[in-house]
Amino acid sequence: MADKKIVDGRGSFCPGPLMELIAALKSSQIGDELEVLSTDKGSANDIPEWVRKVGHEYVSTTEEGGVWHVIVRKAK
Amino acid sequence: MKILIVGGGMGGTILANSLARRLTAELKAGKARITMLSASDKHMYQPGLLYLAIGRMTPDELYRDQASLLEPGIEFHVDPVEEFMLDDNRVKTRSGKTIDYDIMVIATGSRMFPEGIPGLAENAELFYTEESALKMFKRLQSFEGGKVVITVGVPHKCPMAPLEITFMLHDYFKDRGLSDKVQLHYTYPINRVHSLENVAKWAAPEMNKLGITYDTFFNIKEVDGANKILRSEEGTEIKYDLLIAIPAHKGMEVVEKNGLGQGGWIPTNRTKLNMEGRSNVFVCGDTTNIPISKAGSTAHFEADTLAENIAAMVKMGVPVREYDGKVFCFIEAGKDRATYAMFNYQNPPDPKAPTKAMHWFKMAYNKLYWISARGLL
Repeated sequence: MADKKIVDGRGSFCPGPLMELIAALKSSQIGDELEVLSTDKGSANDIPEWVRKVGHEYVSTTEEGGVWHVIVRKAK
Repeated sequence: MKILIVGGGMGGTILANSLARRLTAELKAGKARITMLSASDKHMYQPGLLYLAIGRMTPDELYRDQASLLEPGIEFHVDPVEEFMLDDNRVKTRSGKTIDYDIMVIATGSRMFPEGIPGLAENAELFYTEESALKMFKRLQSFEGGKVVITVGVPHKCPMAPLEITFMLHDYFKDRGLSDKVQLHYTYPINRVHSLENVAKWAAPEMNKLGITYDTFFNIKEVDGANKILRSEEGTEIKYDLLIAIPAHKGMEVVEKNGLGQGGWIPTNRTKLNMEGRSNVFVCGDTTNIPISKAGSTAHFEADTLAENIAAMVKMGVPVREYDGKVFCFIEAGKDRATYAMFNYQNPPDPKAPTKAMHWFKMAYNKLYWISARGLL
């Protein structure tokens, strides 16, 4: 059964939302959906770029009140 | 009030000492009790491992007796926790003792986990333990030329170590007259050379200037030791002659075994520092799941907040302040120059150009650390 997880990277400068996602994927199963919360606009661009490069599934990005919600699915 | 501190590293030690000082009267009157459980009778200054790996420190300089660092009134036992029974406010130790607590702080730290990557432990030099750092130094001393690849996994403690080891290796090989024979190549998991944007903005031109090449968006997948090839999850590969790795880390086994957190990272409130769902269990240092640097300074500043809060809980029944995410990291930029990054949840760092003065401050701090550990600096 696929899990849904929140990776809360708001206010995180180091290691930052993308690295938090990479770490979270390590303890996730294929099919799990991870929603990254970020207050850093750069990460909202970097995350989809990395996800496509590495072969996971990029689902969506929304922004609300200065917080980006980037949803990805572990594919491998 | 029984206060139990699990872990004798930087966070646990600073916390215990700060608490002992704040609660002197209560300890004397028997109204409070501070117990520390650790797996070791020695306290290691972990930042020293970087210097050990390049021959600038000797192993003895890394350690002090843990007991010698602790304020009187702290009951210290080399008897690590094996079982956490949070619903009963109790732990069980290796020797079979059961210890009750009113407030517990888990400060068990983190460890490198090279075994998580096929071929990494057998083929890479590492420097996150005394044994591996010494082995790495001896390997460096016998290395006469070729491509040295420094590769970085996620997550890891000491966020500056990847850059520091790279710049220090540059000067190490230069001092040996091998600059023309050694090519340094650095890999990093995201699309810049460091997680902190301002640090990456300083570091990348510095690497260009020193002739250090790099690959970004590189997450270690496996090491083919027979052919000396490092492969990434992104589908790229790099040939090496000498591989140095900062592997992904995990929390301590006891945390995962007891179901406290996946990967050994305990869900922790980022300002109150309590374990999620527990008002009398706090978490300090590397073992939290807070999206913050796993750094000694993080543990130090979290311990400062926790000491104030736990003392206030003893004296007044309530905590008094929140942790603001403060982190301070030195960045060695070679053998004789350094800068630093200081930030919190609200304010990003803005590192200045490296100076000799800041390097000497770091050299001084390598010794002053022992005063910090005692909760005095």
